[in-house]
Amino acid sequence: MLKRFLRVPTRLLCSCLLLAFMIAGCDRGPKKLVVGFSQIGAESEWRTAETESIRSEAAKRGIRLQFADAQQKQENQIRAVRSFIAQKVDVIILAPVIEPGWEPVLREAKQEGIPVILADRGISVTDLSLYVTLVSPDVVEEGRMAGRWLATKLNGKGNIAELLGTPGSSPAIDRQNGFREAIAAYPDLKIVKSQSGDFTRAKGKEVMEAFLKSGEKIDALYAHNDDMAIGAIQAIEETGKKPGVDIIIVSIDAVRGAFQAMVEGKLNCTVECNPLLGPPIFDAIEAIRAGKTVPKKISLKEQLFEQSQAKELLPTRRY
Amino acid sequence: MTQSAGNTTLDYGRERARMRIASKYIPLLATASVVVILYVYGCAAYGPRFASLRVLVDLFKDNAFLGVAAIGATFVILSGGIDLSVGAVVAFTSILIAAFCEHHGVNCDYLRRSPDAAVAFYRYRHLATHHLHPLLAIGVSLVLGSLFGALQGCIIHFYRQPPFLVTLAGMFFARGMGFVIHPQSLGIKQPFYIAFLNDIKIPLVAGVDIPFTVMCLAVVFLVALFIAHYTRFGRAVYAIGDDEQSATLMGLPAGRTKIMVYTLAGFTSALAGVVYTFYMQSGDPASCIGFELDAIAAVVIGGTLLSGGVGFVGGTAMGVLILGLIQNLIIFNGKLNSWWTRIAVGLLVLVFIAIQNVVTAASRRTTRAAAG
Repeated sequence: MLKRFLRVPTRLLCSCLLLAFMIAGCDRGPKKLVVGFSQIGAESEWRTAETESIRSEAAKRGIRLQFADAQQKQENQIRAVRSFIAQKVDVIILAPVIEPGWEPVLREAKQEGIPVILADRGISVTDLSLYVTLVSPDVVEEGRMAGRWLATKLNGKGNIAELLGTPGSSPAIDRQNGFREAIAAYPDLKIVKSQSGDFTRAKGKEVMEAFLKSGEKIDALYAHNDDMAIGAIQAIEETGKKPGVDIIIVSIDAVRGAFQAMVEGKLNCTVECNPLLGPPIFDAIEAIRAGKTVPKKISLKEQLFEQSQAKELLPTRRY
Repeated sequence: MTQSAGNTTLDYGRERARMRIASKYIPLLATASVVVILYVYGCAAYGPRFASLRVLVDLFKDNAFLGVAAIGATFVILSGGIDLSVGAVVAFTSILIAAFCEHHGVNCDYLRRSPDAAVAFYRYRHLATHHLHPLLAIGVSLVLGSLFGALQGCIIHFYRQPPFLVTLAGMFFARGMGFVIHPQSLGIKQPFYIAFLNDIKIPLVAGVDIPFTVMCLAVVFLVALFIAHYTRFGRAVYAIGDDEQSATLMGLPAGRTKIMVYTLAGFTSALAGVVYTFYMQSGDPASCIGFELDAIAAVVIGGTLLSGGVGFVGGTAMGVLILGLIQNLIIFNGKLNSWWTRIAVGLLVLVFIAIQNVVTAASRRTTRAAAG
């Protein structure tokens, strides 16, 4: 009885599949360069600026960009990279959300001969040939610059609270290490609190509230990104203290929001973390396709911006 | 129809029987047709690259751990319950295995520094300098997962608590314990994982092969099919999901079955965690947040009634394929926002709930008409 019931749908299914495979076999016109970009998500202004830079650069150079947003999950990124391999893209750009766990999928890409460029964050692999180059801002130097500036501002003495980035991500690790390297020369500078705000505004506010409630004296705040600093500023204002005056705040990213906060006198200093990775990445892609060797790490140059410069520089900020 | 009274009854009986078989399979057929429609659309829109064997195998590769977890969740939902702790147990298992395999064992320095973790530290301190063989680590985590599931099942049955609340509490507990073991993601560099397991694969054409994780999924699927349709336990699960009181009155061991169902769910969640470590070659306590909802969505799209008693393990497998296909279609498009996956899944779940409602209403009407 079930067989009779299924006869028509089965025939329909077979003819559909046949039609689909026939259409699938048709060719699709002249080939553009196809690049697959697996982005982490859209969790901060910085991230969207990075995405926009890569998108606009691809459009400018006439390259078709296949974009996949992973919603902060590594499984989604692995799925996206596999899909790019199946789509036989020419190059894969990967912004890895965390460092471990990439060996299997990058090995597949290597097998298929698709070069992989890492954007913005590094990975921990034993076989370095699994990626061609890492294009990123010099994250360790950002931590060092923030540390040096804060040490000078506090005259080498004070309690520092630290808001870390996403645990396990290379910017969080590098900014932490760079900062500690810079303040190592000042024994009176102590990091009394250090916890993750996950690079988001909401979490930054939550964790700062906890820091302030703990009762320990905090002279300065070092936030790994501007969004967390802005959240922390809200938390500080709610306790009646003045951010930027009672607590010196230094953060990293130099997005427009940070400049706005500096103009209002709430943020003291921000270190630039250049998200405009589009041009250097596509330059590297063109070099790879031309057969030239590319350096293993391409770092972008950055600078530090203080409160005094904020007002005049705010209109020039592109992100 | 025919003239004689006996023949008329026979015809009526046959027709009634045909309708009953059809209505049982309708949601399953609906799921199958959605799979076909999605795949055909992909082939038509994206050409030979989508129609390749690689995409098919990747579909299973990328969703193996979801498949294992969803199969366990099927049994829970079939019995009329729900399990919200799936994602947390997967994450916990993954970081436990990663911590055992790496040379610092379980991170006892961290435990020593945080006062809340005193109990965990005490329990694990002797493991601080050992690194266990991965097989032993896998065995321990599977046992822990099953015990965790059994504990939840006992609380649900003996204290007559709603499964939603008990497994919600279980989810928070397992998630927290994962972070206590190690607060960050940890890569697994053990040679057993990297070299040995990577070599277990069935090679197919053109550089595509079936990896170990997909073979695990296949075994779990076949075992689950057998349990659901050919064992007394499977029949009891269906009966309890349909109506627990009637099942108890019939003499089925409702309590034992319920506890076993949650133990099975705990086991498959831990197994999904093991598959996850093979897949990602790392463990992460912060992963798989909201994963249980994906598993439940796969089960519902697979044609299983959320109230229990009706559904198929095969349907769940197809539900997992649908989730994978939707994500693949969006990535192949390359321009759509990835959040459309969530929207599509939400719509599909609503559609399937509607189909299930219609089918149950229709079959209730026929049985009432036949009886009356």
